[in-house]
Amino acid sequence: MHMHSRNVWQAMSRPGFLLSAWPWRVTAYLLTGAVTGAAALVGIVTVAAVCGALAIVLVGLPLLIVVALSGIPVAGVERRRLRLIDRNPVSSRHQVPAAPGLWAWLNTRLREQATWRELGYALLFAGLLWPVDALAITVALLFPLSMVTTPLLMATVGDGREAKVLKQWTVTTWPTAFGVAVLGLLLMGLGAYVLGVTAGARSELARLLIASREGELGAKVVELARSRVRLVEAFEAERRRIERDLHDGAQQRLVALTMALGLARLDAPPGPLADQLTKAHEEAGKALAELRELIHGIHPKVLTDYGLQAAVADAADRCVVPVDVDFELPGRPPQAVESAAYFVVCEALTNVAKHSGADRAQVCGGHRDRRLFLEVRDDGCGGADASAGSGLTGLADRVSVLDGRLALTSPPGGPTLLRVEFPCELTKAADHSA
Amino acid sequence: MLAEDSVLLREGLIGLLSRCGNEVVSAVGDAQALVAAVEEHAPDIVVTDVRMPPGFQDEGLHAAVRLRAKRPTLPVLVLSQYVQRTYAAELLDSGDGSGVGYLLKDRVGQVEEFVEALHKVADGGTVVDPEVVRQLLRRRRDPLEQLTPREREVLALIAEGKSNGAIAKELVVSEAAIGKHIGNILTKLDLPPTDKTHRRVLAVLTYLRA
Repeated sequence: MHMHSRNVWQAMSRPGFLLSAWPWRVTAYLLTGAVTGAAALVGIVTVAAVCGALAIVLVGLPLLIVVALSGIPVAGVERRRLRLIDRNPVSSRHQVPAAPGLWAWLNTRLREQATWRELGYALLFAGLLWPVDALAITVALLFPLSMVTTPLLMATVGDGREAKVLKQWTVTTWPTAFGVAVLGLLLMGLGAYVLGVTAGARSELARLLIASREGELGAKVVELARSRVRLVEAFEAERRRIERDLHDGAQQRLVALTMALGLARLDAPPGPLADQLTKAHEEAGKALAELRELIHGIHPKVLTDYGLQAAVADAADRCVVPVDVDFELPGRPPQAVESAAYFVVCEALTNVAKHSGADRAQVCGGHRDRRLFLEVRDDGCGGADASAGSGLTGLADRVSVLDGRLALTSPPGGPTLLRVEFPCELTKAADHSA
Repeated sequence: MLAEDSVLLREGLIGLLSRCGNEVVSAVGDAQALVAAVEEHAPDIVVTDVRMPPGFQDEGLHAAVRLRAKRPTLPVLVLSQYVQRTYAAELLDSGDGSGVGYLLKDRVGQVEEFVEALHKVADGGTVVDPEVVRQLLRRRRDPLEQLTPREREVLALIAEGKSNGAIAKELVVSEAAIGKHIGNILTKLDLPPTDKTHRRVLAVLTYLRA
């Protein structure tokens, strides 16, 4: 099997079913089902009988509670058995008791629906389902198996002259005996599917009655969270690609253009042509400067080449408000964290410059207890609101994808403090001087 | 000696340099070839792009730093698309910081200025792009905090590789006044009175590292 089937239905829909481990799993499921079902029947009947007998002397009445709760262990065993043929997680529907102790436990169990569903399942299992399991095993496995052994029977018990097939028909010749054996093999193959369908149906019923749907939801949530991370990573990769394309394409061409214009200016005789060339040259220069800023905004190369520390220092350089930086990292965080942290700092500094009216700002941060943290504070007028359409809302989403936290405190009158932190490990920084 | 991966720019630069009376002994397209070609030709100056194959990160810059580690007197002019001081600081830290230049690629359009910068670097001077310097000017941190705005202005022009005379002309003051400013700067930055040119370079370095 190259790919693992999640459950028996998937397994049966694939061509290699008969040769895989699944027929064995299915057989084990039904076989253990028949055994535990019979055991459950004996157990429940015994408890009920004892309780019934004692009920006459009134002591038995409280003991009926034990009968009511008998579904719980049965369901527990059943959920474990489900793992044989279903890889999806199965969890119980029971709630965790609010307080420790037997009384609280009883109180919770007797009040919740799950207990009664499990009792219902236990009764159904003990009364009806395990005989179905046993019947399926007999018809789909034992009958064909006994047919396969016909030649063996003929050689041993029948002295080479005769054998009985399924205790019904008598076979007297070797070819017929082998024919029956081949037929038995074919029926075994068919039987495996019959067992699969039975086990599949049984597991669906069990899931419906005694398994919580949270397992599926949990799996979905995990998958959703993963796909969100993948999206952010794809988004990051895309930004880097655009940065690279612009750098290698448009930017180089513009440089070549300004160079050509510069050379042309050297050759041009003074006059209107030279003036026009000068103008064109200046425009090209402005375009180049604008493009450089644009590219830097898309994905700053200094972040890739030198890491977060240098990029944050650079962002502080660019801010019109003087910024003190106290931030040191002994290594490099993962790319996605680096980039999210950088853009949070940039956005915060932009807000400081635009709205706060601050004279000074401060960026500090580091890596402690497996968390990267960064704080941007200013001495401005405060009153910043993260939800009021600022770029921080989008950034908060990006931060939360990485399991990070973004907190903003900005009382009216200031000061404003923005703190972002991410759980992450640092990798050793590449040695640039090497 | 020229290293630039974009064919368009490489050809353009060869044309520009030859036109202004320089001989390009070798033009290569990646960092390894650059190191090999320097070994072979022993050029007067190396002009290189920051970002080059194979990784398209900052291989060109690193090759330049490595070359200078081996031959500290080799003049190197790095052409870049990045204003960030980190790149320039790494280059200026190589060797003693003299005979290096960090220019934005935009500068090749201003042919005369570019060629002037090229010669300055070849003669052992230090040139930092005005745009990079401009961004540094915004920073007000120790030890530059002690400098007056005028002194910072002067220091910025030193970083651009200008002589005292040129600075005086630009700020429309006497050359003596500039000399006084520079003296103050050097004292405030706590630079020992040794070789004069070298101290100018150290001042620029302090400026970039701050």
